[in-house]
Amino acid sequence: MASLARVRLAGRAMPRTHLASSPALALSRRGVATTADTTQLQGALPESATEPFTLKLHEDSFQSYLCDTPSLDVSITKDELLTMYKQMQTMRRMEMAADALYKAKMIRGFCHLAIGQEAVSVGMEHGIDPNDRVITGYRCHPFAVLRGGTIKGVLGELLGRQAGMSNGKGGSMHIFTPTFFGGNGIVGAQVPVGAGAAFAQKYRGEKNCTFAMYGDGASNQGQVFEAFNMAKLWNLPTIFVCENNNGRSSNTQYFTRGDRIPGIQVNGMDIIAATQAVKYARNWAVDQDNGPLLLEFVTYRYGGHSMSDPGTTYRTREEVQRMRSTQDPIRGLQRYLEEWGIATEQDLKKLDKEAKAEVDKAVEEAKALKDLWTDIYYKGTEPTSMRGREREEVPLLLNAPLTSLRRLGVSGLSVERGWCRVLGVGA
Amino acid sequence: MNSRLLLSRFGASLSAARRPAARLPRHALPAIRRYATSEQHTMTVREALNLAMEEEMTRDENVFILGEEVARYNGAYKVTKGLMDKFGEKRVVDTPITEMGFAGIAVGAAFQGLRPICEFMTFNFAMQAIDQIVNSAGKTYYMSGGNVPCPVVFRGPNGAASGVAAQHSHDYAAWYGSIPGLKVVSPWSAEDCKGLLKSAIRDPNPVVFLENEMLYGVSFPMSQEAMSADFLLPIGKAKVEKEGSDVTIVAHSKMVTHSLEAAEELAKEGIKAEVINLRSIRPLDIDTIIKSVKKTNRLVVVEGGFPMFGVGSEICAQIVESEAFDYLDAPVERVTGADVPTPYATNLETLAFPDTPLITKIL
Repeated sequence: MASLARVRLAGRAMPRTHLASSPALALSRRGVATTADTTQLQGALPESATEPFTLKLHEDSFQSYLCDTPSLDVSITKDELLTMYKQMQTMRRMEMAADALYKAKMIRGFCHLAIGQEAVSVGMEHGIDPNDRVITGYRCHPFAVLRGGTIKGVLGELLGRQAGMSNGKGGSMHIFTPTFFGGNGIVGAQVPVGAGAAFAQKYRGEKNCTFAMYGDGASNQGQVFEAFNMAKLWNLPTIFVCENNNGRSSNTQYFTRGDRIPGIQVNGMDIIAATQAVKYARNWAVDQDNGPLLLEFVTYRYGGHSMSDPGTTYRTREEVQRMRSTQDPIRGLQRYLEEWGIATEQDLKKLDKEAKAEVDKAVEEAKALKDLWTDIYYKGTEPTSMRGREREEVPLLLNAPLTSLRRLGVSGLSVERGWCRVLGVGA
Repeated sequence: MNSRLLLSRFGASLSAARRPAARLPRHALPAIRRYATSEQHTMTVREALNLAMEEEMTRDENVFILGEEVARYNGAYKVTKGLMDKFGEKRVVDTPITEMGFAGIAVGAAFQGLRPICEFMTFNFAMQAIDQIVNSAGKTYYMSGGNVPCPVVFRGPNGAASGVAAQHSHDYAAWYGSIPGLKVVSPWSAEDCKGLLKSAIRDPNPVVFLENEMLYGVSFPMSQEAMSADFLLPIGKAKVEKEGSDVTIVAHSKMVTHSLEAAEELAKEGIKAEVINLRSIRPLDIDTIIKSVKKTNRLVVVEGGFPMFGVGSEICAQIVESEAFDYLDAPVERVTGADVPTPYATNLETLAFPDTPLITKIL
């Protein structure tokens, strides 16, 4: 079996201690293996695509703090692995499309891509229940799709179009679904909000948990620790998920930073390990009712922080290139699939093409922007008027008496979703 | 231990809370007695707030309260008194001292369809959490294209208390009032508090509910209607507390008391002042003010907040922009808190806020 280069494990000898900080050791101190191709097939492969078989994860896939590590034995099916492959490839294609649209100046403002981190978003979806809740920061596109959104909806949002999942009002950082709560732009603010979602689940006695996600950067915000404290105090079913794409903190062992909350550090480049960890976390918080847990996915972002960051000032091009060529989550899974005889190179190329076609089609489906003035207040509870940019710009008047409309010289009205919209204001 | 914790943090006001009589505004009661008859109920602002929450928690299982000392200690100002005993610790939740964190938890719970009442011990401490109030609660509905409502109430005492100095004496009406997506309420009487808090809890939008510590112990008459569990007051409507034809006084919260007292003083000289209790900061009921100004031709705006970029400034600007401008016989006058951080010493503090004699003088 081909073994690619690894980055490991200077810190592994003392996993439960807080290690001294040294930039030179930043990568190697991250602890667990970050390889994407070291999982091994156990026994024979079944004929059926839906019959489970057993895989053995690399012994360094996890390390833990105040709890046991997840089992290294994984039960999985061929279908599931192929779905993971297709989804990761599709998510990467979507992010690449966003990159191209941004560079074509069709996307405004901020745009944070997660190319390289696909094993986390897709792996999570394979480990959790559809009714669990997920909330994250601004690097949110794949989660929005995987949690019930569409690629068209995400790209449409980035383009500020009507087809966007937030009608063009949220943009890259603000996309939601019934089980995904954004898409939040203020670094770290989503973490207590996620704990609040878990509070609601516990309040209602639901057998679900909330995954409150943040990056290693946000992990230093005070309110993240505030959320840790209350989640532990009230035994909330919150899984705090740190996507560690190589940050800078005094303690870079992010899975140990919950004080009395146990934690697991996970190889976030191997989707099978990522899924296994999420299943473990779910079992911990929901089935065992053990309260919160920290998950740290050690992952790697190929691009910069955002579109305006080349991502090469705090790391070298060589480092990025090395991670890309040796530890890519999609290439890793591709190797498994081919080596274990689950799919041929041709089969996978076909999936690649389908992923590309799906994204290309979504890109073409953008439409016009919706009205500026809806959705400020809950439908039916809106104030009677909101001010435009100047006195006579009265963009909407709800339930306003006709006399006051005439007073303003209104020439016409249209009604959309219960709103009276003033079409023209006469001089 | 809880009380020690609290005392060390907010000693001055807590001791005031234990002696509610000490905090009665000197001139508050005579102005109100006009409305009361011996048959009517009276209720303190504190009792009205407490009753509003009790009724809404009985009505809707999704309503719960969280905040510092709201449960076992019965609230730093006893506004949540008895609620833990009645509804249990599941629905009346003591939080650690961690405003940004528990405001975020309230927002997250609201996103899931619960209806949290998030009590801040005072709104001064909510400054720690203002990002969650403004950015998470106030904007998510819009940013999600109407997909994620946030039915949360942030409530607690706002504005200057007595002798607690600058960091604990701040009026945030203008701050929250400037944010589209938030509703902001600033009640005065017990009736206001009951009707508006119940409406705030039922409102599907985030509502910032600005109480006043100095009014908690003040008794007001309660109509039979206001005693009903179905009593709601609409957010966004002002109330004409006293009709008049010579000058319009617009005020909110405790300044309504002073304005009514000033109007009484003026009445002795034959001047009929109309006093408008704003009740709601956002939406702002400018129509009621315009209507009044067209009748009286004069406008005085009274508030306890700082003068610059305040509620008074906004009303003034909107009047200037409206047809009421043509009806004004004199420039709009603003009576506000002084442009100075609130001082500690009694004599200095007195100079920092409007009172009845000052309003009377201006009028």
